[in-house]
Amino acid sequence: MNLSRLVTREISHRKTNFFLTLAGVALAVTCVLATLAAMRSYDLNSDRIIAKMEADTQQEMKQLEDDIRKTMKGLGFNIYIFPKDQDMSEVYDQGYASKTMPEEYATTLANSKIVTVNHLLPSLTQKLEWPEKKRTVILIGVRGEVPLAHRDPKSPLIDPVKKGDLVLGYELHRSLDLKEGDELVFKGKKFKLGKAYPERGTKDDITMWMNLSECQELLGKQGQINAIQALECNCATLDRLGEIRAELMQILPDTQITETGSTALARAESRTKAKATAEKQIAAAKSHRTQSSAEREKFAGILLPIVLLFAMVWIAMLSLMNVRERVMEIGVLRAIGVGSKIILSAFLSRAVLAGLLGAIAGVTAFVITYPLLKERFFQGVAMGDVLAGSDWLVALVAAPVLAAVSAWLPSLMAAQKDPADVLRHD
Amino acid sequence: MYYAMTEARHPAVKARGLHKRFVTAEGEVHAVNDVSFEVQAGDFVALHGPSGCGKSTLLLMTGALLSPGEGIIEIAGKNPYELNAEGRATFRAAHVGFVFQQFHLIPYLDVLDNVLVGDLVSQSVDDVSMRERAHDLLEKFNIGHRLHHVPSKLSIGEQQRVALARALLRAPELVLADEPTGNLDPENSEIILQHLADFADEGGAVIMVTHDDRARAAAKSSMHLDAGRLLESDQGESDKEEGDS
Repeated sequence: MNLSRLVTREISHRKTNFFLTLAGVALAVTCVLATLAAMRSYDLNSDRIIAKMEADTQQEMKQLEDDIRKTMKGLGFNIYIFPKDQDMSEVYDQGYASKTMPEEYATTLANSKIVTVNHLLPSLTQKLEWPEKKRTVILIGVRGEVPLAHRDPKSPLIDPVKKGDLVLGYELHRSLDLKEGDELVFKGKKFKLGKAYPERGTKDDITMWMNLSECQELLGKQGQINAIQALECNCATLDRLGEIRAELMQILPDTQITETGSTALARAESRTKAKATAEKQIAAAKSHRTQSSAEREKFAGILLPIVLLFAMVWIAMLSLMNVRERVMEIGVLRAIGVGSKIILSAFLSRAVLAGLLGAIAGVTAFVITYPLLKERFFQGVAMGDVLAGSDWLVALVAAPVLAAVSAWLPSLMAAQKDPADVLRHD
Repeated sequence: MYYAMTEARHPAVKARGLHKRFVTAEGEVHAVNDVSFEVQAGDFVALHGPSGCGKSTLLLMTGALLSPGEGIIEIAGKNPYELNAEGRATFRAAHVGFVFQQFHLIPYLDVLDNVLVGDLVSQSVDDVSMRERAHDLLEKFNIGHRLHHVPSKLSIGEQQRVALARALLRAPELVLADEPTGNLDPENSEIILQHLADFADEGGAVIMVTHDDRARAAAKSSMHLDAGRLLESDQGESDKEEGDS
């Protein structure tokens, strides 16, 4: 005769009590697992939705950026940096600045770490007579883009004009019947027509481009420019110009800037707004997820202790009933010399066995019902993604321990039962 | 030989000046009042008296289950009340067997396990020698054919025989029987009394609380308790007779 035989025989004799104990444990285990699974599946699903939103937004933004880059590149420069004392109404009136600024401003800007603009193009522009042809032309001296020191080199938006060359707008070369390679004279100096632009329908058609240093010399403005053209970056905020201005003023305080409007800018703004909206939506989704998760955790923090407490009280009550039913048995066993430790072990073993079998039953019930309830309660998340092996192990270990703790007091009462007291009242 | 032999140099039970008081709602009850006696190995003593006279209390004190308020009790030369509760349990397992009027068999164990339940004390795996001894006892008590029946399937007499086998499993020196024939018909009473007498004849000591005159007659000696006092005891005479013989 040994303890396990006594325990198993007693269990088979008082099946109802043991089954109710086991069912209580099973229910608690299933409830705990379901709560954990529901919380985790919700979090996982939210994370997946947010990740998809982020990926979609990223993809969309990338596409928009590509579109904008292409459009902007086609558009050309859209930022003009002028001397600070330049009257802008004059610029809007005649199309260029009459004031000048040192050419090295372009180099200073290029060597700074400016990020809000790129493709810097210093130029000297002036409307003047082409005395040899009796024409009014817009002369623009350009030297080519000044590469930004801190950026990867980019393909220039326009090519520099070689010394000795001229580039003519459509109206000029058409009306004068000039072809690329022809020699011509401007203000007494010989040039070769390096390039003849096709018709653009703008002031470019009556514009003459010349190498900057030759232009400066011709106009008697050595080392001077009256504008730096640039292509603005697509800044993160809607106030791009403000951002550019703020950055520029720190580097070139003696300048001012203006921006030319364009459909590309509108698209850039739209893109920025779309990005901001998408980011807001993602942030809102994340915030909602965090909030919901916190609420669920709070709810679980209340529910789980109640479930566990209920289960423990249930086990304790059933254990107490078992002890009360077995008072005489305990008295007789104690009388014939069975020690209190054995009595304690008998009752605790019973509780541990109920806990273990209850945990197995609870886990089994959960595993069987999960596929049926997956879509409805667990966000369609696979069971393996919400519950790991360690969770099952914890359930299988914790349930018997909790059952033993719950049955501890009744078991102790049984173990400490005074046999004389029992037998005297027989 | 199925029963143990008490070491000859000690009486099976030696009680001196035993008192036991209980405090109840109605006041203090002096259940056992200055009781002294000795029971030798081979004695079969009937303890009788009116209901509530303290017989069961005295039996529990004698069985190392209820400590006396005053006085000393020795079983097989040792005072069990000098031990702690666990020590007394071990002591009981080794020296005392109990038989109750209501048998108190464990309802979910079969006959064999009910007898072997006393072996739980050892906390070990099944002891083969104990199983053999249990088989022997059950055969001796003519219930060897019902080893695997639960108590509810047994007759009253069979149940009491199983209880007696349980009491004797660990070969105690002393068997304490509280009204062992109280629920039995004459035939089964006779059987139980005969087994108790056999136990005494083989060197054990029996103290039996009884109201039954036939049971008293079966005992070798008797003690009469009334209102907690031992009024009459023919133990001395018995001892004397044995000494004379």
